[in-house]
Amino acid sequence: MFLNQFLLLSAILFTIGVYGVIVRKNGVLVLMSIELVLNAVNINLIVFSTYWGVAGQVFALFTIAIAAAEVGVGLAIVLLIYRNQRSVDIDELDEMKG
Amino acid sequence: MNSAALIIAEVVPLVTPETTFDAPANVVFAVQAVVMIFAALRVVTTKNVVHAALWLVVVLGGVGLNYILLQAEFVAVTQFLVYLGAVIVLFLFGVMLTRAPLGVSDDLDNNQKKIGIGVGVALLAVLSYALIETFGRSELTFAAYEGVAGPNTNGRTQAVSDAIFGQYLIPFEMLSLLLLAALIGAIVLARRD
Repeated sequence: MFLNQFLLLSAILFTIGVYGVIVRKNGVLVLMSIELVLNAVNINLIVFSTYWGVAGQVFALFTIAIAAAEVGVGLAIVLLIYRNQRSVDIDELDEMKG
Repeated sequence: MNSAALIIAEVVPLVTPETTFDAPANVVFAVQAVVMIFAALRVVTTKNVVHAALWLVVVLGGVGLNYILLQAEFVAVTQFLVYLGAVIVLFLFGVMLTRAPLGVSDDLDNNQKKIGIGVGVALLAVLSYALIETFGRSELTFAAYEGVAGPNTNGRTQAVSDAIFGQYLIPFEMLSLLLLAALIGAIVLARRD
């Protein structure tokens, strides 16, 4: 197996995730796109751990834990936005626009 | 281009009989790569919020399969437990609690589709140029696992646990504090009063 087949797959996943963050306006769907990006990073960490030792796997586990925390807090924020605005449309959150 | 010749000259001595072209693993990789890319595209293009969460299951499962192909079993099992078991359920709860439209909805995307496609294509071009230029046709050698993994042992998992509870003990404990803080923060944010 080539190194690049995994790295290119992860680059494609990363790009799709970035596209989703730009295009989606439902808060929950933006969080899902962020999960795609985080998973692409994790694939890279695991690929390079076959080269340079298990540190990559340890960092991938850290990323998984932090992503779980991020989803918890992120969904709580989306829920709060929904409760205040009656909608999770993040394009309507323009109160800080000058 | 002679950089390709240099890379091949560097790589060829590293190729041992078990790291040459591995047909079953490559077939599995090709199938799951196609499925994963299709599912990821559906996550960001589907008009149904619940379908997006379910396509995300396919992507996250494919990522776990990638970890197995890369011989990182412990991370793969963690991926299945944490992502497929917990994160997807959280997302479905989020969909339920925000009363997202459960059927087909045309109101999920904004009008930045052209910017999104432009940024995506540019990013993919830069990333793949850098990757192909840097790593070319380097083979995966699993060099780091030599000596720690043999048949009928769980040497790699042992090495991961040694690293977590040795060299990375303090970051690991910090991580538990972070999880506690995130838990309390989520409760405080979502509490109704």
